[in-house]
Amino acid sequence: MLDRDEDILKAAEDWQKAGRGVALATVVETWGSAPRPAGSSLVINDEGTFLGSVSGGCVEGAVVTEAMDVIQSGKPRMLEFGVADETAWNVGLSCGGTIRVFVEKVA
Amino acid sequence: MKLEILHELNAERAARRPAILVTDTESGEQRLVKAAAFSKDPLRAELEKQLRTGKSASVEAGGKKLFLNVYAPTAKLVIVGAVHISQALAPLARSLGYDVTVVDPRTAFASPERFPDVPLVAEWPDTALPPLNVDAYTAFVAVTHDPKIDDPALLHAFERNCFYIGALGSRKTHAKRGDRLRAQGAKESDIARIHAPIGLAIGAVSPSEIAVAIMAEITAVLRLPPKEKEEAA
Repeated sequence: MLDRDEDILKAAEDWQKAGRGVALATVVETWGSAPRPAGSSLVINDEGTFLGSVSGGCVEGAVVTEAMDVIQSGKPRMLEFGVADETAWNVGLSCGGTIRVFVEKVA
Repeated sequence: MKLEILHELNAERAARRPAILVTDTESGEQRLVKAAAFSKDPLRAELEKQLRTGKSASVEAGGKKLFLNVYAPTAKLVIVGAVHISQALAPLARSLGYDVTVVDPRTAFASPERFPDVPLVAEWPDTALPPLNVDAYTAFVAVTHDPKIDDPALLHAFERNCFYIGALGSRKTHAKRGDRLRAQGAKESDIARIHAPIGLAIGAVSPSEIAVAIMAEITAVLRLPPKEKEEAA
């Protein structure tokens, strides 16, 4: 991939080895004009520190919140964000696209 | 993701070897398929297609929804020759996501004033190239027009199996280059790999246009399936 996602996965490994709870969120599907392509990822630790992105910044806050739950439960989760998604997450993509984000714990 | 898988994935990426992470998005089950194991994998066709296009994607196979996350090394471009074309080529290649290095032993050419922000190595190819880790994810262009510099550089590119090798020069110049490389022990199949005249035939005139033609040709070689590739070249 021509994207420079290297430090994200390295950080995921380093954080986990340092004893932090870590989750990885990855864009797995996009429809319409999504800001980041499938495969883009965001790594989050249990202190709320995160690196990378799954959108242009519109839904990262919600993804981080969900990731905290995933770190707790250890169960993966699929999130969906779209422009008219107010009922589910209260956030949406201003660009009008829809994305699905897979959130999993690194363990 | 299991820590072992993450660790293995990071090791593959550090070694600049491509790999694809296959995730069952319902169960969360995962496996890492290294490029060397693609040919034996049941998802062979899908894996090869996604790696070639460099795109991660969701697929359905055996009643499962799978996400194929492609981890291909960042493509590199090594430009031998800090000439006018290279001044246009380096920033264009960078905008396309390539890690660019310019090599030219002639310090008057390889100067930071002419190449701001581009890694420059003002050494002869035999000294400059080995530390650059030229590999199968490297596009290699030789544009000095000087056989003393271009020829040893091309021999290095053959040895490292670059996915694209191009050299500046007319058909006549290229025929002479072929003779010289053959005399230095290059194989016929290696010489045939050189794209020369360099770049897609788009009638490029200015250095910037030639840079566009070169990057278009490199993109075609990187992305097109083998058959369409021949048609484009």
